[in-house]
Amino acid sequence: MSSTFLGMPAAPPRSPYGAGNLRGERTFPEAAAHELGNDQLRANLHRATRTIRAKRLAVTAELPDWEELRAAGAAVKNEAMGRLPELLEQLEAKVTEAGGTVHWARDAAEANALVTELVAATGSREVIKVKSMATQEIGLNEHLESQGITAHETDLAELIVQLADDRPSHILVPAIHRNREEIRRIFLERIPGVDPGLDSVPAELAAAARAYLREKFMSVPVAVSGANFGIAETGTLSVVESEGNGRMCLTLPRTLITVMGIEKVLPRYADLEVFLQLLPRSSTGERMNPYTTLWTGVTPGDGPQDFHLVLLDNGRTAALADPIGREALNCIRCSACLNVCPVYERVGGHAYGSTYPGPIGAVLTPQLAGTHAAKNDPNASLPYASTLCGACYDACPVKIDIPSLLVELRHQTTERTGRSAERLAMKAAAAVMGRPKLYTTAQRAAAIGRIAAGRDGKISHLPPPLGGWTESRDITAPPRRTFRAWYASQEGRDALAAAAAEHPADTEMPEEER
Amino acid sequence: MNARETVLGRVRDALALAPRPAVAVSRDYRRGRGLPDPERLDLLVDRLVDYKAQVRTCTATETSATLAEMLAGLGARRVGIPAGLDRTWLSDWTGDLVEDRPDVPAPSLAELDAVVTASAVTCAETGTIFLDGSHDQGRRALTLVPDVHVCVVDLSQVTAGIPEAMERLVPERPTTLISGPSATSDIELERVEGVHGPRTLVVVIRTDR
Ligand code: SF4
Repeated sequence: MSSTFLGMPAAPPRSPYGAGNLRGERTFPEAAAHELGNDQLRANLHRATRTIRAKRLAVTAELPDWEELRAAGAAVKNEAMGRLPELLEQLEAKVTEAGGTVHWARDAAEANALVTELVAATGSREVIKVKSMATQEIGLNEHLESQGITAHETDLAELIVQLADDRPSHILVPAIHRNREEIRRIFLERIPGVDPGLDSVPAELAAAARAYLREKFMSVPVAVSGANFGIAETGTLSVVESEGNGRMCLTLPRTLITVMGIEKVLPRYADLEVFLQLLPRSSTGERMNPYTTLWTGVTPGDGPQDFHLVLLDNGRTAALADPIGREALNCIRCSACLNVCPVYERVGGHAYGSTYPGPIGAVLTPQLAGTHAAKNDPNASLPYASTLCGACYDACPVKIDIPSLLVELRHQTTERTGRSAERLAMKAAAAVMGRPKLYTTAQRAAAIGRIAAGRDGKISHLPPPLGGWTESRDITAPPRRTFRAWYASQEGRDALAAAAAEHPADTEMPEEER
Repeated sequence: MNARETVLGRVRDALALAPRPAVAVSRDYRRGRGLPDPERLDLLVDRLVDYKAQVRTCTATETSATLAEMLAGLGARRVGIPAGLDRTWLSDWTGDLVEDRPDVPAPSLAELDAVVTASAVTCAETGTIFLDGSHDQGRRALTLVPDVHVCVVDLSQVTAGIPEAMERLVPERPTTLISGPSATSDIELERVEGVHGPRTLVVVIRTDR
């Protein structure tokens, strides 16, 4: 049954202010300045991101058709977004046909209430969880806790984060900011009955987690999961993982509740052949992750006999209504863009204040939750959490042009708030990168050019230190959507070269911009 | 309006405000690839060893001798099998054989020292074994709870790449993709093999099947 479209389309709402985990307490430059004081964090991050980068490059270089896979991945995602209404209805019909129940949630509060009700109906006061960004985004664990239901995270890193009352700092390795000694102390304090002689060797720590969680897997009758992909054609859902905690959660409990953002739907089963190649290689730098589970509704005699799928909006439709920003919805959460980002590598995930950190977080978070000028919203500073170096675009398996999205978001923020965008940009860059280098000066010229341009698309005034440069000439602003094209064009190269020549490498930030 | 109608209405509104051009997906990546038997075998063995799986090759007539030897080497005494497994595969095995039933609670499966199953498809390029819940592979819990999984793969079931493997699957079946034993790199990115799934994966490849 499909409802017919009547009347004028209305702009869909963002995720409601104040709900869930899509907004930090401080602006990015403030939070970044704080995180930069943590040397341990920086050392852990540097080592981790460098290791994953090397692995990813090795396994992506191995495939002669990597670029063709990326192109197909991007095209399938674009197709899915354009056909979203019919695909969601098809997914719903197929899951229902296969014995599952489909629910819809407009926002975080509605999804939390739905899941709570479903858990309560089973009589259980505990759930086991397999890593899911959607449930982190809506703050499900906190909500369940407030309703007297204990949620046990079962992914090792999520468990570490949960036991330490901490927040995840990376999409893939949420405890990337913790070292082994810290983890040993967390386990000793928080895992009941753990061996007091516990060593800090990773294998021993993993064994301690295995023993603790084993009992939960065998006894808790309800699991909550996310999903990497949902196939409209067949109603098949998938979870891609490494440790086997996903298989445990998806197989052993009587009841399974899966919370999936509506943007995760793919048209065809065959599309998995693209994403199952793109995701593991981009994510952990492996040819394939150890375990992937594909399930369709309920299978008698095998796995959960009661299956619920919760389809979540929470600002996704608002993003979809933005002709440029919607590209962020194509993200498959591989985290490659985090691992190549010079800004992320210095400040870590917490500075972004949202479930979604790094370059993708800087574009996705403001899309989902909006930026509220009146409230001095930390999300308004996120589009400036970048040097626009372009590494994220090159790494992205579905070719999301993150630099262009950032530039567009900066433009939208400035138009709406009238705030001095270049000040924000420089503050963010200065806070993170330390002394501004030649290349950031040049890139700022490009980015600011886009922002400072008036209605006629000409830049006639630039702020210091680039002000003097524009007094003598009008530069054409990089047009919307084609920042990268401009950046690569002769015109772009000339403009950047001119900026570089007139502002040598040792150009310091004006004092008030620091 | 209920949540379903609201969300679908918003999606339609969004697409009306920002219409999307139709997209043609070109699948120029490698599909329908074939590789000669020896190459697929070499590639698969290389990948499995890389994942720290134990690998043995044998012919079909050597199946039961090979399995008996592997199980003895692992120190197994109680071995679980799915109801539909070819019993002759274990005719040389002298320990306890436990046939799985749907009513056996999952925690009891932990009492098995190992489980022996067949498999549906295997991808050589990534070293990925696909289980689809057929009678010779059993329900998912059976290959998850015991600490050792011995999996028999026939070379004729081995494809070159992922697209060729996916093509052979039945989407509606509960499907598990296995690429080596479970692992985590969550602590300082140091790889630790064996977290929640079977800590030992043994793959027996039958080269003449
Ligand atoms: S934006 Fe691209 S690179 Fe970043 S997490 Fe998403 S899919 Fe991966």
